[in-house]
Amino acid sequence: MSIELNSNAPSGPIETAWSRHKFDIKVVNPANKRKYTVIVVGTGLAGASAAATLGELGYNVLNFCFQDSPRRAHSIAAQGGINAAKNYQNDGDSVYRLFYDTVKGGDFRSRERNVYRLAELSVNIIDQAAAQGVPFAREYGGMLANRSFGGALVSRTFYARGQTGQQLLLGAYSAHAAQVAAGTVKMFPRHEMLDLVTIDGQARGIVTRNLTSGEIKSYGADAVILATGGYGNVFYLSTNAMGCNVTAAWRAAKRGALFANPCYTQIHPTAIPVSGDHQSKLTLMSESLRNDGRVWVPKSADDCWDNAKGSVGRHPNDIPDSDRDYYLERRYPTFGNLVPRDVASRAAKLSCDEGRGVAFAGRGVYLDFREAINRLGENEVSARYGNLFEMYERITGSNPYKEPMRIYPAIHYTMGGLWVDYNLQSNLPGLFVLGEANFSDHGANRLGASALMQGLADGYFVIPYTLGNYLAQVGARETDATSSEFKGVEESVNERINKLLNVKGNRSVDSFHRELGLLMWDECGMARTKDGLTKAIDRIGEIRQEFWENVSVPGSGGNLNQSLEKAGRVADFLEFAEVKVGDALHREESCGGHFRLEHQTEEGEARRDDENFSYVAAWEHKGVGEKPVLHKEPLDFEYVKPSQRSYK
Amino acid sequence: MNLKLHVWRQNGADDKGHFETYEANDVLEDMSFLEMLDVVNDKLEAEGKEPIAFESDCREGICGACGCMINGQPHGHKDRTTTCQLHMREFKDGDDIVIEPFRAKAFPVIKDLVVDRSAFDRIVQSGGFITARTGSAPDANAIPVAKVNADRAFDAAECIGCGACVASCPNAAAMLFTGAKVTHLGLLPQGQPERFIRVDKMVTQMDSEDFGHCTNFGECTLACPKSISLDVISQMNGDYLKAQFKARDS
Repeated sequence: MSIELNSNAPSGPIETAWSRHKFDIKVVNPANKRKYTVIVVGTGLAGASAAATLGELGYNVLNFCFQDSPRRAHSIAAQGGINAAKNYQNDGDSVYRLFYDTVKGGDFRSRERNVYRLAELSVNIIDQAAAQGVPFAREYGGMLANRSFGGALVSRTFYARGQTGQQLLLGAYSAHAAQVAAGTVKMFPRHEMLDLVTIDGQARGIVTRNLTSGEIKSYGADAVILATGGYGNVFYLSTNAMGCNVTAAWRAAKRGALFANPCYTQIHPTAIPVSGDHQSKLTLMSESLRNDGRVWVPKSADDCWDNAKGSVGRHPNDIPDSDRDYYLERRYPTFGNLVPRDVASRAAKLSCDEGRGVAFAGRGVYLDFREAINRLGENEVSARYGNLFEMYERITGSNPYKEPMRIYPAIHYTMGGLWVDYNLQSNLPGLFVLGEANFSDHGANRLGASALMQGLADGYFVIPYTLGNYLAQVGARETDATSSEFKGVEESVNERINKLLNVKGNRSVDSFHRELGLLMWDECGMARTKDGLTKAIDRIGEIRQEFWENVSVPGSGGNLNQSLEKAGRVADFLEFAEVKVGDALHREESCGGHFRLEHQTEEGEARRDDENFSYVAAWEHKGVGEKPVLHKEPLDFEYVKPSQRSYK
Repeated sequence: MNLKLHVWRQNGADDKGHFETYEANDVLEDMSFLEMLDVVNDKLEAEGKEPIAFESDCREGICGACGCMINGQPHGHKDRTTTCQLHMREFKDGDDIVIEPFRAKAFPVIKDLVVDRSAFDRIVQSGGFITARTGSAPDANAIPVAKVNADRAFDAAECIGCGACVASCPNAAAMLFTGAKVTHLGLLPQGQPERFIRVDKMVTQMDSEDFGHCTNFGECTLACPKSISLDVISQMNGDYLKAQFKARDS
């Protein structure tokens, strides 16, 4: 099968591209919208906003999530903020500047026209959220407040204390609740999508497992929208929620959807360091802390972590400024502590690799608020970061007002995802992908406070138009969820569940997940090499084989069975990981979150190869353990000319 | 440290349920309570036994998925915490810990420590929103909000919907949860047009679920991981009363 990757992005001036596109695409007559059934999987920012908005338009929406309530999707955990080119601060921001920053921040590996649209829509999101009652931070005059965020020189980030994600999600959830009440959205909580059903190459439905009763059931529709988040948990330890998984996206990939740029993963520079082998997840400390916190390590290795002692050589409060290395301020005088995430993360790793780490196993650096407390006073620091400081103390037992925090990079976000065109449609007609689950807007690195922006732009303002364009073309159809196509997929889902339950081995599901995660972190994490990646592919195959011979999944498929849920997700990670590592191996360059040790400048910065790798790598599944086929979508940069990113 | 856990096991809504005892050995103080349970479960699973079912997702104290009774208190004895943010340094070697699901008629047990809190969603669906069709919003700064109101609304909006308020209440009332939503939206200028319809519908829905009535024990605010204040209940009662007069007038 030959696959043509056409971005379907409108040509002509970028400033008017989206307006022209909205006029050129087809619309569905308001009276006909209720004749179309649309499945939305996921209830995070992208899924909830899409379901709510499509419901308002009059479509018949079926919405699924694996959590007990749509309000719990992982978008809720986002702390720092959401970008918008409002220029309320009068500091020179504009749609063009947000576009420029995002393309540059993505290290010139994103599609310009998508990014421009994102910047353009950013302003509408803030309006929409404020109208819903999202309690953004305000100034005394009642106007909205902003702050700056990593990778930007303007203050364009809107925020709601340290829980911007929860407040925006509750806004979308309330709009969604109104549609549930109106009967346009039918909600299916505790339902996990386990497969995609295609008929004549078009997405026509899904097969789900009711997590409470165990029932396997098909749902048919005119289109399927996946808003199922990222694959960060392939690393086991990440800042993602426990339930985040690649299953929906991966099962779609196995049905023919292309998986784009899976090697692009974002490492967040400021998470709480690992404290031992029991660790189940890593907790993020918002990047906003870098606005006032200063990052440093001791100059002398004697003051650093001592494995034998299990502590640092000298308490940080006893180390004078002359013995401290504020390495970000030293290496990047212009951006200082506000360099983008990938740059800050690598710099932390470099310091720790030099033996100057200050936390468990030498993996951690200081984030110090002493200077900020002297300058602003403890009250002001508390007003800005109080809840984060409290969370830090709760977890670590150490008080950041009295001694520096310790932080270390952690897997946080995945820029790669299912390939989509400008309409957010995958290569399978009728399958749309929104939010973190698609690959589209962040290139090889995402700027802080841009994830919330993308999820909501996709759900509130892009899909309502582009979905209509597709539906108007295919017309209303009957979908029979008892047809042989659906039954066949149901059978394969049942078969896989039975297989998992019947291995009856003696290793826990988590033990495999942990083993895979450690391998991915070592070989496909912050620094990657050809040698390591090649070995990792073999090792993944071995772990997968042992999984299917020796995993223990107790209980049955007929009721709530969390071991079975986890086992299905880990089995998918074990297949997906191979594609991810293969992508990292093929991309013989460094860009954004993908850092190949073979490709760096003398100063240790990423060295791109625009001549050979200025494309989106979209992988076609050919079978488990088989080499996937690479399809390329070339990237053109008409407006922001690729240059080496400099934050010096 | 070594601990003895007494855990409620219940295989489905129809099962009567019983306590079972487990040893949790070599527990480290840096572990979270749920990580301690992970270790117990990991062992059970490897032995082919069904692990203890409990819910958790973000493990950062914000998604509201986790929650169980720990020694009789929702989310344990430490103030202002969720179960996932409770750390084992709060316990000591040799402790006995009793772990049960949230107990409330409106939260039926699904399995072990997992309960059905969908009544909360139904309360929000009954009216816990500001109707603002996508695309219809004015510029965000066209609606100034006095900082004092914005801050008070925020304090109420912090609710994570975990259900600890209901679990802690001797009457299993949902007043703190419902009051928080009513207060958050009712204090904002955007929320005014539907303010009284909203409170009326939400209270009616709350009453139709299996929650009990408020008799001012105040346990809810103490159990709340976000310390939502009892003021939200007064605000809701006041608004509800006004709503009844308004309904009569109209």
